[in-house]
Amino acid sequence: MTAASGSPLLEVRSLSVRYGKVEAVHNVSLRADEGSIVTVIGPNGAGKTTLLGAVMGLLPAQGEVSYRGESLFGLSVEDRVARGLVLVPEKRELFASMSVADNLALGAFARRREGEAATKRALDEVYHRFPRLLERRAQLAGTLSGGERQMLALGRALMGRPKLLMLDEPSLGLAPLVVREIFSIVVALREAGVSILLVEQNARAALQVSDDGYVLETGELVLSGRSSDLAANPKVAATYLGQGAAG
Amino acid sequence: MDFSIAALLAQDGITNGAVYALLALSLVLVFAVTRVIWVPSGEFVAFSTLTLAGLQLGKASGIAGLLVAMAVVAGLLEVLSAFRQREWKRLPLRLAAWTGAPLAIAGVLKWAAPLAPPFVVQILLTLVAVTALGPLSYRIVYQPIAEASVLVLLIVSVALHFAMLGLGLWYFGAEGSRTPPFTSATFDWGGVLVSGQSLLVVATSVALIFVLALFFNRTLYGRALRATAVNRVGARLAGISPAFAGMLTFTLAALVCAFCGVLIGPITTVYYDSGFLVSLKGFVGAIIGGLSSYPLAAAGSLLVGLLESFSSFWASAFKEVIVFTLIIPVLLWRSLTSQHHDDDE
Amino acid sequence: MRLTWSAAAVVVFLALVAGAPMFAPPFWVTLGNYIGLYSIAALGLVLLTGVAGQTSFGQAAFVGLGAYASAWLTTSYGSSPWVALAAGLAFTALVALALGFITLRMRGHYLPLATIAWGISLYFLFGNLEFLGGHTGMTGIPAIAIGGLELKSERSIWYLIWGTTLASLWATNNLLDSRPGRAIRSLRGGYEMAEAFGVDGARLKIVVFIYAALLAAVSGWLYVHLQRFVNPTPFSIIAGIEYLFMAVVGGAGSVWGAVVGAALITVLKQVLQDVLPQLLGRTGNFEMVVFGVLLIVLLQRARDGVWPWIERLLPKAPPAPVRDAAPLAPRDRGAASGPLLEVNAARKTFGGLVAVNDLSFRIEAGEIVGLIGPNGAGKSTTFALISGALALTSGDIRFRGASIGSRPPHEIARRGIGRTFQHVKLIPAMSVLDNVALGAYLRGRAGVGRAALRLDRQEEASTRAEAARQIARCGLDAHTFDAAGSLALGQQRIVEIARALASDPTLLLLDEPAAGLRYLEKRSLATLLRTLKGEGMTILLVEHDMDFVMGLADRLVVMDFGEKLAEGLPAEIQRNPAVREAYLGGV
Repeated sequence: MTAASGSPLLEVRSLSVRYGKVEAVHNVSLRADEGSIVTVIGPNGAGKTTLLGAVMGLLPAQGEVSYRGESLFGLSVEDRVARGLVLVPEKRELFASMSVADNLALGAFARRREGEAATKRALDEVYHRFPRLLERRAQLAGTLSGGERQMLALGRALMGRPKLLMLDEPSLGLAPLVVREIFSIVVALREAGVSILLVEQNARAALQVSDDGYVLETGELVLSGRSSDLAANPKVAATYLGQGAAG
Repeated sequence: MDFSIAALLAQDGITNGAVYALLALSLVLVFAVTRVIWVPSGEFVAFSTLTLAGLQLGKASGIAGLLVAMAVVAGLLEVLSAFRQREWKRLPLRLAAWTGAPLAIAGVLKWAAPLAPPFVVQILLTLVAVTALGPLSYRIVYQPIAEASVLVLLIVSVALHFAMLGLGLWYFGAEGSRTPPFTSATFDWGGVLVSGQSLLVVATSVALIFVLALFFNRTLYGRALRATAVNRVGARLAGISPAFAGMLTFTLAALVCAFCGVLIGPITTVYYDSGFLVSLKGFVGAIIGGLSSYPLAAAGSLLVGLLESFSSFWASAFKEVIVFTLIIPVLLWRSLTSQHHDDDE
Repeated sequence: MRLTWSAAAVVVFLALVAGAPMFAPPFWVTLGNYIGLYSIAALGLVLLTGVAGQTSFGQAAFVGLGAYASAWLTTSYGSSPWVALAAGLAFTALVALALGFITLRMRGHYLPLATIAWGISLYFLFGNLEFLGGHTGMTGIPAIAIGGLELKSERSIWYLIWGTTLASLWATNNLLDSRPGRAIRSLRGGYEMAEAFGVDGARLKIVVFIYAALLAAVSGWLYVHLQRFVNPTPFSIIAGIEYLFMAVVGGAGSVWGAVVGAALITVLKQVLQDVLPQLLGRTGNFEMVVFGVLLIVLLQRARDGVWPWIERLLPKAPPAPVRDAAPLAPRDRGAASGPLLEVNAARKTFGGLVAVNDLSFRIEAGEIVGLIGPNGAGKSTTFALISGALALTSGDIRFRGASIGSRPPHEIARRGIGRTFQHVKLIPAMSVLDNVALGAYLRGRAGVGRAALRLDRQEEASTRAEAARQIARCGLDAHTFDAAGSLALGQQRIVEIARALASDPTLLLLDEPAAGLRYLEKRSLATLLRTLKGEGMTILLVEHDMDFVMGLADRLVVMDFGEKLAEGLPAEIQRNPAVREAYLGGV
């Protein structure tokens, strides 16, 4: 399960999300293949976070979301997590007054029936991937720095052994070195068989690591294609890569 | 007042305070996890005493009737929700849990009651039966509106309190009950007479608090409840369902209240409507803890117990006034020490 | 709630109220009197709990204060009920002020808890004080007399009770449709926003609490002179809970919810008490069970209460038109010398995170300054420090020479800073006009009393005209009367700008105004901002969209990791390699 096998893991068809009378996401369709990294880029306020919220089941939406060929209609957030669909939200949503170790342990809550040995293995893997978390395991999550919080959020998500990991702005507020580290982990996760749906404002980085990309603007998809093509698209370059602005 | 009276009052205060502390803990727990201000907690306490008193007389019809009624309603709700979601696969299991299990408990009670089992078994039966009411009331009343505002949840709590009061009168009758003391031993500690009964109540409370602390700090489920209290969205994203957390919380809280009922049974005569005032005192303790700090809530409850027992000596007519106005200076102190802030919900 | 349907519905309602005592059987007249009394107390809770979001269990205790004050003064001192009313109101206001001061300044659920405690203590106090008659109560309370006419019968006091009820409804409805009313309506869900426009939220909550307590005291006064007898029972915590029931079940979002709730609960209890024993063939507390179950089911079905159902059946009224009116006076600008805004080594930490790290920059009057940087660089935190939404960890911020660092937002607003929010903060159910008019809060003076008595109409007309002018200026005149929540996100951002403009600010703080806007919308926004600059406005713009800000700002401050990375003209910034690296990203 290392290379892209081409079968759709996640398929979103004509998804719309309304807040009251306001439509935040309109008629969006996208797919993420198994073993691939798919990115959704777009300016702030385009509806990227809303899109992920709808796929995760946090927000009521219209349209169809199917995951491994099965419709997710009517499934709660927890049911989706149990099926291997895991979101790392923009706000990280850590358990601030609990220790790093507790946060990680709770990441495996949906897998509690697989036994302690499986949890232990997952934990070892996470600590191996993020040695910093091992150092800080007794510290309260609320006292971590921004980069460490993001690592903990990723680690907690990985404890749930996701098939599809959805990352909302993982580079947000992080130093370049940390961003680099996070993105290299994202690539490494794909190698480990985890498919990734990546929402990013750092369009250049996102298009570099991803296989396919979608451009979302005021709630609608305006462009999609191979990430390399999108990066070369002059319109994308001007609007999202800042080349228009930067001359 | 001489020393021996003061010691007696203190002993009374600490004993009652220990019970209030348990109540305060369950109120804090329920509020932290589900945002429900659990007004009917007092009914759980009273029903527990009344159930135990009933078992003493070889009767269990009151609590059994309540369980059957709630089991039927919960079962109907499950069928309804299965029908709505067109999801029939899980229904048998859910019916077994929500209807079968409470019916079985009711059956066991009805069967065991006339056999006059030993006191310890009666206590166990009482704990099981009253605890079962916790998740049932969550399933029927709170789960359908788990996302509603604190105000609506509160009003629903009060409505449930009324309904349970009425049901209490129906199932347990209007007469009060008292259960026999666990022990009649007394100890002489340097001139102070300490009753074994008081020691047992305090020891049970402390042990229960200790077990709960272990549960919250060491077990995955305990940590899951804490996580839900800290960050609801984060908990959902980790796969902890709010309905599950709510059910577990109400089970624990009902168990704690059932213990309270067993503990106060020998101390006071309990009527179907005695619970409210008892739980309000637990409330005062919980408020002193800001509805969030367990140790402060326990300390506050102890203070309430002491204040109550000493004021009943000095100014018994104003006992309740003194206990409940205690909140005002506590709130004033909190108000002056904490930053005032945003109230958005 | 305006003339057309109130003309229809209210006329029917008034006819009922006026005719009932003449035709209805005595039983229903009595019930009607109680419904009126309960409506008045529940109305206070609609305002306090439903609109302002502050739950109180103490309403019955305030009813008790009004009742006992009058009972004691009229029987022990032989004073007239009218004098006793005034004294009771004054005393109630004092108690409410003290209680409100203690509990309303705090976040969380202290008010409901404190009012439970206070409700219980007061009940026991009534029952234990000798001079108030203890648990047996007081008798021989005189009837109210109006010009020699003694209101001794149920039928004669009916008109006083319902007259008072209608007057309270009228006054409260007026209040909600006014300067303080808009502020009250934004306390729940828009507290931070209201503070940013000069509303002193903590103070306003106390005012609302007192208003609700006074309504309760009036209800208690009427009650005691209707009954001519008083004991502690009707003022217990259970009664306090029932008032809350009435407000929530009736629909705590509207003044009519109080009447509907009071009627529903009163009649329901009466009917259950009469009917159930007949139905079940024995007496008991069944009415409590059925009552409890009905309420649970009702709230599970309709969390907003019954009134919204009824309202849906009534024809919708057209909004009141905006009349021409004298313009509101411009805000005092004062003499300016030196930089308008100075940020000196501002620092903000959250736990282990340093969000803003000793940042310094200044803004001269008449400039558009852009504060840019990647997401998470600390722009929004800086913005919150300037607007007072967050307190500084260290450093200082000066506006027109005076320090504003760590001052509460409403004080900063008072000095002439208007702002928008990154995550739009409008009151969705209020019209665009009312939302924008809230921005002009500091330009008006009408208080609760003047608003309730409709003495504020001239100022109100000016405020509405000003709001409409700002809406038109921002190109949203077609949506003036739409609910703000029904607009597209981009339009809601523009409403935010109109609201900030209505405050006539010296410095306009805009937090990502272009986010979520379409291309054309961005262009018209840029045009608007340039016009404002032309009129002498100073603007600080936090923006993520480079294109937008490059063409607009005179000067840019670039942040990264909480620090100032660069500062200069847009062209210089564009050439700065460090900025390009940080802002444009890269792996």
